[in-house]
Order: sequence, then C-alpha cells, then structure tokens
Amino acid sequence: MFHWLEKHPFFFAVGVFVVIAYAGLIEVLPNFMEKARPIKGLKPYTVLELAGKEVYKKDNCIACHSQLIRPFKAETDRYGQYSMSGEYAYDRPFLWGSKRTGPDLHRVGRYRTPDWHANHMWNPKSVVPDSIMPAYKHQFTNVADLETAYAEAVTVKKVFNTPYGDDIKPGKAAFEKYKKEKILPEALKIAKAMKRDDLVKMVESGKVPEVVALVAYLERLK
Amino acid sequence: MQSNAALEYDYSIVKLFMWTTVIFGIVGMAIGVLIASQLAFPDLNYLMGEYGTFSRLRPLHTNVVIYGFTLSGIWASMYYVGQRVLKVSLLESGFLRFMSKLHFLLYMIVAALMVVTLALGITASKEYAQMEWPLDILVVLTWVVSGIALFGMIGLRREKTLYISMWYYIAFFLAVAMLYLFNNMEVPTYFFSGGLGAWYHSVSMYAGTNDALVQWWWGHNAVAFVFTVPIIAMIYYFLPKESGQAVYSYKLSLLSFWGLMFVYLWAGGHHLIWSTVPDWMQTMGSVFSVVLILPSWGSAINMLLTMKGEWNQLTENPLIKFMILASTFYMLSTLEGPIQSVKSVNAIAHFTDWIIGHVHDGVLGWVAFMVFAAVMHMAPRVFKREIYSKSLLEAQFWIQTIGVVLYFSSMWIAGITQGMMWRAVDEYGNLVYSFIDTVSVLHPYYTIRAFGGLLYLIGVFMFAWNFFKTATAGRRLEQEPRYKSPMA
Ligand code: HEC
Ligand code: HEM
Repeated sequence: MFHWLEKHPFFFAVGVFVVIAYAGLIEVLPNFMEKARPIKGLKPYTVLELAGKEVYKKDNCIACHSQLIRPFKAETDRYGQYSMSGEYAYDRPFLWGSKRTGPDLHRVGRYRTPDWHANHMWNPKSVVPDSIMPAYKHQFTNVADLETAYAEAVTVKKVFNTPYGDDIKPGKAAFEKYKKEKILPEALKIAKAMKRDDLVKMVESGKVPEVVALVAYLERLK
Repeated sequence: MQSNAALEYDYSIVKLFMWTTVIFGIVGMAIGVLIASQLAFPDLNYLMGEYGTFSRLRPLHTNVVIYGFTLSGIWASMYYVGQRVLKVSLLESGFLRFMSKLHFLLYMIVAALMVVTLALGITASKEYAQMEWPLDILVVLTWVVSGIALFGMIGLRREKTLYISMWYYIAFFLAVAMLYLFNNMEVPTYFFSGGLGAWYHSVSMYAGTNDALVQWWWGHNAVAFVFTVPIIAMIYYFLPKESGQAVYSYKLSLLSFWGLMFVYLWAGGHHLIWSTVPDWMQTMGSVFSVVLILPSWGSAINMLLTMKGEWNQLTENPLIKFMILASTFYMLSTLEGPIQSVKSVNAIAHFTDWIIGHVHDGVLGWVAFMVFAAVMHMAPRVFKREIYSKSLLEAQFWIQTIGVVLYFSSMWIAGITQGMMWRAVDEYGNLVYSFIDTVSVLHPYYTIRAFGGLLYLIGVFMFAWNFFKTATAGRRLEQEPRYKSPMA
C-alpha cells in the first residue's frame, strides 16, 4: 500500500492529512462542545481593563510573566489559590505564558497596590534592587487606545454574547459618551491611587496614559 | 527517464531563498544575542527606547529565526531538492517559475510587515502566531502559492515514485496549512463596532482554556512541522548526496514517517500539563510525547547508519560533521522533550530556562546546523563554484558546537536550579526563597548563555562570509560535483 501511495501524490497527501487531522478531531473538538463557562460572579473586563490588557500585549509582558497558578502547595503559598478554567472565560486570547522570568501575575491584584505599580513600572530597581525587569517609562506618556478597547467590547458582546450592559454599542457617538461617563472616572480613580500628579493631570485632560490602563488591568487580576 | 544530465535546473529561486537564509540568520541571531545579554545585563534594555526592551524584541527573535531563517532554508532546499528528485525543471513551465517568484515576493512582503508590526507592538500575542489578521491573510496567500509550486512540480514529475524527502515536504505543507488556519481564527473588531479603533485589531475566536488548547495544538506543531518535518526532508536528501551513501533502510524511513505523522499531533498537550485543560488530555500529551521517541530516533538512527563503513568522512568533510552532529542533537532533544513531558518532571521544568535550553539544543544543534549544511552543499552546485574555504567551515563548526554546548548546559543548570528553588520549603513547610532570590542566582548562567550565543553568532558571520565569497569569488567548476562538495 505504501509503495502505491508513493506513486500517487494525491492519495498520499490525503493519507497524510487524515493521519494528522485525526488527533485534532479526537482531542481538540470535544472540549469545544462544552463552552467556556465563567465561574460564578465573574464580570467581563471593563473597557479600561481591556485597554490595559492591550498594553500588556503590546509591551509583551507575557515574555516574562505567566498567568497560571498550578495546583502545588509551593505555588499556592507564593501566589494564592490555584487557577481555575472558569476564571479565563473572558480571556481572548488567553495569556498564560510559557516562561516565568518574573513571578506569576494571575492574582497580583491581591497583594500589590496601584502606587506600588507606579513606582515599579517606572523603575523596577527602585523597588526591587536586583530586578531584571525593564523599566516601562514610555507607558507614562503614551496614550492608551481606548477606542480599540471599546471596539473589542462591542465585538465580543455581539459575537460571543459577553454580558456587557446596553451602553456598549457600535458607533463613534456611543463611544464618546461611554468614555466620558464610564472610562474616564474609572481611570481617574486609578490615577489618583497611583499617587502621581502627572498621571492625574493627563486623565483630567481626557487622555489616559497607558500605565493607568495597565494598572487597572493588573488590579483586576485577583 | 533515467538521465538527468540533459535536464537543466532553474536555480534562480533557490539562490534568492539562500540569500534570505543568510540575512535572516544574521538578523535573528543578533537579536537573540541581544536579548540573551539583556537578561544578564538589564541596562541593555534601553538602547532603542520603547522598541528595544526584552519583551518587544523576544517575538522578533523567534519570528525572524523561525519564519525568516528556517523557512528560507527550507524553501531553498524545497526548490532544489524538488526539481532534482522529481526530475523536473522549473524552466519547463513558465507558470511554475512565475509561482515560485511570486512565492518569494509575497514572502518578502510578509516578512517586512511582520518585522515592522512586531516592533510596534501590534500582536495577537499568541506564541509563534503573533501576527494580526491582515498579515495572517497574506501568510495564507503565500502558503497557497508555495503549495501550487510544490504540487505543480510533483504534477510534472518524470520520476514517478516520490523520494522520501518529498513525503516530508508534502506533510510540512499540509500540516502547517491546517494548523495555521485553525489557530488564527480571529474576529476583526473594526467591522463589528461600526468602524471604531484600529482596523487591524482582532479578538481570538476562542476564549481561555479553549484558546490555550488550540494555541498549543498549533504551537507544538509549528515546532513539529517547521523544525522537524522539513528538516528531516533535508537530511534525507543532503546526507546521502554529500556522502555518496544510500539511505540505510527504506523500511525504517517508512516506519518513522508514518509514525511521526500519527503521533506528533497528539503530543501538543505536553505544553499544558498542570494547567486547567482536562486531565485526560494532559495525560495523553504526556504519553504520546514518550511514544514520539520511536519515530524520531528512527529517522536519526537511519541517518547515522547511512554512514556505515564510511565514518572516515566525518574527519574529512566538514559538511558531514554538520549533518552528523545535527542528527545527534536531534536525538538529544527528542529524548529531552519526552523527559520534560513526564508529569512529575514537568512540574519542575515548566516555566523555567530548562525549556529554553531544550528549544535551543534542538534549533541550534539540529535545525540551524542542517540548514547551514544544506546551503553549503547547494552553493557549489547552484553557483557552479567551489566552496570558498574549508578551514573557515571547520572553524565555524567548532565555534558553533562550543556555543551550543555552553548554551544548553547553562540553561539546564539554570532551569533546574530555578525549578527547585521555587518549590524549596524549610522544615515547617514555609517557602525558603523569595522570587527575586531565584532571579539573582541565575546571573552567571545568563552570562554564560549570552557568551555561548555570541560564539554561535560569530559562526553565523563566518558562514555568511564563506557563502558570499563562494557565490562571488569561488573557483569556477567545470562540471557539477557528484558527491562530496569541493572546497578550497
Ligand atoms: C525581562 C523580563 C520581564 C519583563 C519583560 C517584564 N517583567 Fe515584570 N518582573 C520581572 C521580574 C524578574 C520580576 C521580579 C522582580 C521585580 O519585582 O521587579 C517582575 C515583577 C513584576 C511585578 C511584581 C509581581 C510581584 O508579585 O511582586 C509586576 C506587577 C510585573 N512584573 C509586571 C510586569 C508588566 C506589566 C510587564 C509588561 C509591561 C512586565 N512585568 C514585564 C521580569 C519581567
Ligand atoms: C545566536 C543564537 C541564539 C541566541 C543567543 C538565542 C537566544 C534566545 C533567548 C535569550 C530567548 C528567550 C529566552 C527566555 O525567554 O528566557 C530565545 C527564545 C527562543 N529562541 Fe533563540 N536564540 C538563538 C538562536 C535561535 C535559533 C536559530 C532559533 C530557531 C531556529 C531560535 C528559536 C527560539 C525560540 C523558538 C524561542 C522561544 C522559546 C520558548 O518560548 O520556549 N533561537 N532565544
């Protein structure tokens, strides 16, 4: 049979395809039958947090940080309760990471504060002298892309029925209104808690610095 | 048709891909050395403002070495080996010649856009699938065109039976196509929000654990079908050609090929051990990873035994050295991978530098060595010139071998140290080390790794110089060498 296949490339290719696709069929598909179920009380990310998640992706914190606490005592002692599937139900994409050059961040919101983050993101060595984490000073002046984050919220609400309120709806006008009423006040609270006047001023002028969005996201990781 | 003497092959496309192999090799590995140095000396993070941090550069490193350097090498060999074992020349078909050039052109466009977007931080954030949806579409297009060229050559072939290498090129094409499509299913946000925000932004079709499952189904198999399958295609052609020996066993190659195809996909679960995916999948990933030793070693042993009775060539021909060491490293990393997939070992190894060590003994020792050997075997034949310098090739071999050894041994120690320290407890069961202790302790190993990487990079420059001189100034050859590549 193999000799025959080697003379008939079409059937050879079909054979290869079937053999490799088979595993996916059995392994990956069944899991999709059970839709990701959020654990009880899990809220979707706020738009500000989504914008923070975008900063996390853009500056690629995943290169050094995981968000997956494994069920070992050494890990739960260090980071808290082990991670559960339902906690990730709104994570598109998942951000588990594969390398822990820095500590896991899945519950960092439980034991760090916004002003700690403010100092740490500005210059990690000022907080942890031996740290090898880069300083992210540009995040203090770059403006977060709230509109894209809002677009993401609208999209997941529409396509995946993520439970957002009725005020999340398409269109520029809806976004501007939402920004003024919801995003900026939330950002102002974070900026104040970060105890840096420059950040507060920027938010008051209607621009949210990347680091404020990022810290909103980090605070959410609990 | 038996004689291929009459057939004139079209190497123009092979040359293009060979040049990009060299260029991407230099760029990708220079970034590798830079990021390795940043972990040892963090001040190096601030050379290029926000674009120069470790975190921005790391995906550039992985994407440039994988999709730049490795894929270029694979495609150069695909057009070279394809024409020769199928006994068909691209000169015979204007259409296929056009497709091959279009393939190259699209590939260059994607590569340029990839570098720019990643530097800007535009990313879907999935490892080895960072590119955003507009680029994904271009990738698919490039892939389809490459497939037309591949299957076009097969369609026109004179040699009816497909040589072993062709099996692997076909599998490479099909598997990557299937996996890439599934993993990159994304919803562009611009179109669903009434035109808000960045037009290139998207959200993943899958969430959380499901997303992880699809991602590692892809991530693992990107390794399998880019770093393994087409590289085996290359060694099955170039080792017998360079040594003048017949492949040791046809049966063994058959067994290893179909074994590999069947087993590989199942092993993706080993990236998700102790995570929140269902337990049975983790166990499957673990078990199949161990089974994977069989087909992997099958190919490697088949290659080593091909040299039976001709081991003296190992001392005489640096290209044979590269290829034999490549098979050996292939055996090493396909033994190491399964060990790391055992649940209890994975508990220590996962998230540590041991994984990085594993990746690089594979890619530096196996993939890149095989690519260097293939390019240097092809060079005299496509440029019709002698290899510029044998001693340079020898020197490259040794300096890079030392580089690889320093790289993986330092990372093994670093990884296991780190893994053990994370879990160390005192007699009352309290954690002994704070996290930063487990970082500071790695400094010497990070320094050694950066040094090993630098040695390897110096080897890449030697290779580039040797290649450049061969192409431009090597002694002209009257006729094509049969087996051993002529070198000065
Ligand atoms: C080069 C690797 C590296 C990168 C990239 C990196 N970090 Fe870190 N991070 C570390 C290390 C090492 C530590 C531990 C030392 C310290 O606290 O600075 C750390 C600690 C942290 C902590 C404190 C966690 C705790 O439990 O104390 C936070 C929060 C954090 N990083 C956030 C980030 C964010 C956000 C980014 C992306 C913008 C990022 N890191 C990028 C290496 C990195
Ligand atoms: C000069 C040679 C090289 C050096 C110094 C180097 C260095 C590095 C460094 C420092 C990292 C990040 C590790 C970390 O996060 O701790 C990395 C990751 C990686 N490199 Fe390289 N690299 C080199 C060559 C290559 C080549 C040739 C390839 C492939 C063809 C490659 C593939 C990868 C991959 C796939 C990763 C990601 C690993 C993971 O996430 O598990 N590297 N490299």
